[in-house]
Amino acid sequence: MAKVKSLEELMKIKEQALKDLQLRGETGKRGKITVAMGTCGIAAGAKETLKAIVEALNEYNINDIAVVQSGCMGLCEVEPTVEVRLEGQEPVIYGRVTPENAKRIVKMHILEGRVVEDLVVKRGEA
Amino acid sequence: MPLTTNTILICAGGACISAGEKSVKDAFEEELRKYGLDEVVRVIETGCMGACTLGPIAVIYPESVFYQKLTPDVAREIVEEHILKGRIVEKYLYKASEGKPVPRVHEEVPFFKKQVRIVTRNLGVIDPTKIEEYIARDGYFALAKALQMKPEDVIKEIKDSGLRGRGGAGFPTGLKWELAARQKAEKKFVVCNADEGDPGAFMDRSVLEGDPHAVIEGMAIAAYAIGAQKGFVYVRAEYPLAIERLNIALNQAREYGFLGGNIMGTDFSFDIEIRIGAGAFVCGEETALMASIEGERGQPKVKPPYPVEKGLWGYPTVINNVETLANVPWIIRNGAKEFRKYGTENSPGTKVFALAGKVKNTGLVEVPMGITLRELIYEIGGGIAGDKKLKAIQTGGPSGGCIPAEYVDTPVDFESLQKLGAIMGSGGMIVMDEDDCMVDVARFFLEFTVEESCGKCTPCREGTKKMLEILEKITSGEGTEEDIEELEKLAHVVKDTSLCGLGQTAPNPVLSTLRYFRDEYLAHVKEKRCPSKKCKALISYVIDPEKCVGCTACARVCPVQCISGQVRQPHVIDQAECVRCGSCIEVCRFGAISKVTPALPVEEAVE
Repeated sequence: MAKVKSLEELMKIKEQALKDLQLRGETGKRGKITVAMGTCGIAAGAKETLKAIVEALNEYNINDIAVVQSGCMGLCEVEPTVEVRLEGQEPVIYGRVTPENAKRIVKMHILEGRVVEDLVVKRGEA
Repeated sequence: MPLTTNTILICAGGACISAGEKSVKDAFEEELRKYGLDEVVRVIETGCMGACTLGPIAVIYPESVFYQKLTPDVAREIVEEHILKGRIVEKYLYKASEGKPVPRVHEEVPFFKKQVRIVTRNLGVIDPTKIEEYIARDGYFALAKALQMKPEDVIKEIKDSGLRGRGGAGFPTGLKWELAARQKAEKKFVVCNADEGDPGAFMDRSVLEGDPHAVIEGMAIAAYAIGAQKGFVYVRAEYPLAIERLNIALNQAREYGFLGGNIMGTDFSFDIEIRIGAGAFVCGEETALMASIEGERGQPKVKPPYPVEKGLWGYPTVINNVETLANVPWIIRNGAKEFRKYGTENSPGTKVFALAGKVKNTGLVEVPMGITLRELIYEIGGGIAGDKKLKAIQTGGPSGGCIPAEYVDTPVDFESLQKLGAIMGSGGMIVMDEDDCMVDVARFFLEFTVEESCGKCTPCREGTKKMLEILEKITSGEGTEEDIEELEKLAHVVKDTSLCGLGQTAPNPVLSTLRYFRDEYLAHVKEKRCPSKKCKALISYVIDPEKCVGCTACARVCPVQCISGQVRQPHVIDQAECVRCGSCIEVCRFGAISKVTPALPVEEAVE
């Protein structure tokens, strides 16, 4: 580790480290993405989906969205399923979320604020 | 950035470790591996979260759900239910008074909500072994800021904040720095006093274990302010985990250039060494502490000269307590004015207390100065365990005193506590209920000081010993009224003539209990009665024949077989043989056994 020589360098380390801390959910969460990770979900590839979501969030430098796992949502035939719940908006459940679809969801829904219509399984509270 | 969905923060403070934190952590990790989640779920050990009665504790993010009293089995269940299936496991949550489970305690439970966390702001939040997490929480920004200020302005900021030494005496920190800064010397030193020795106190240990960088940063700022090149942390050997984490932190700080030569590109250079104390209470006294660092026997010297004039090896030395130093970065970052928003005019800021004794929520709490003892005990502490009556509050450990229950609305600040004959002390706070005998409490603390007296000066070496002998005489039922007078006289002599703080404050537990609970002393000597039924020589255990059903439980548990009686017939205790261990009372399910005082005459009791 190079020695910190200035306030700017310290600030850089802080920003990097803060991202990591924010993942724990302590600060300004804008919402969360829940990946259903029941046996059915995992069998359908939910692990890859989860990975793709986190990678996409990193790629777009989004750190105010939590990624959590849940059990089976009961929609086994359209697994992997993903729920996107943004602050102040009705939750959306997406089905058949392959890693490619996951990236689309992050880009369109999280980044641009548009629901990915062709993947929607359900809208609103359960 | 690592792929992370959940983060499990496990409290790795001393209390939780003793309660089995390690096995819980292992169970979490093993179970996560089993489900292939070990790559996406991070398990982090943090410093003390404060709620020591509830340990081992874990908080799971991003939901910030607080789980308590964990065991390896519970950990496995939480992984399966919470982490894998996303369902909060209610039965392991904290229960509010109505038995309602509370997932997010920090927002909802008074124990957490009423606290103001300046010194403990990172405890239970960051991984103390990662400097990056400290930096993410604004760590080392205060040092960066201080280095751009003039040393005298740094001192002014601390002076303006009104920060006072948290080791107990409450000397103004800024003034101490200024006195040291004024000295012309080729070398100066900064020492962190981490020789926390009061029975039951663990504030400093928790800070060192949970946020070691805050202390390092505080020391570096102090060094810059006074012009020191070298620092020591004097920490007791009984704190191995604190030493381990401090060592890790020191190395990281050196790697990042917060310690060493030309810190942050300036011409300020400073480094810190750890010195491990061998467990002598007197070494918390600053002159004895310095002797110990110098390699001499840990004995105090006459002051003046004060350490700020002639300290380590004769050079000007600032000695600050752990908690004091941990306040420093916050003050420099946020300003003196912000600090003064908490606390009182003469005691600004917060104080960390180790809440212990007969209170429901024991643990580590940080509160604004000026909070009343009532708020501290009843709201944060949750009241007296077993809903008994509050009798007294002991603050300041062996140097402090007992505050009787009628002063429960006293604000907690340096002056108010001193007025009552107690002291703020380093932060030990022991809550006592009606079952605690005040004479016995005084005896307990004096026993401690007698053992810890270094023996250099006569009043402390001989005086405390004599005082203890009198107290033992009283608690064993052989005391007289003259003994009480003698005790009081001796106490004043020891207080006035001892060389150092240890001896000067050792009589405080005796003097304060004499002041507020003299009737208890008198009951012991005049009526041979211990009103709290605590002193063994003055009580007897008796069985009520009306209530005894003859279940034989007491007879079986008695270690000296002094309880006799037929099955289904009332039992009796042979008073001549009874050792008053109290085992019988614990096993009796019928409430048939009770304590009486004064003790029964032995002849009468034998049937």
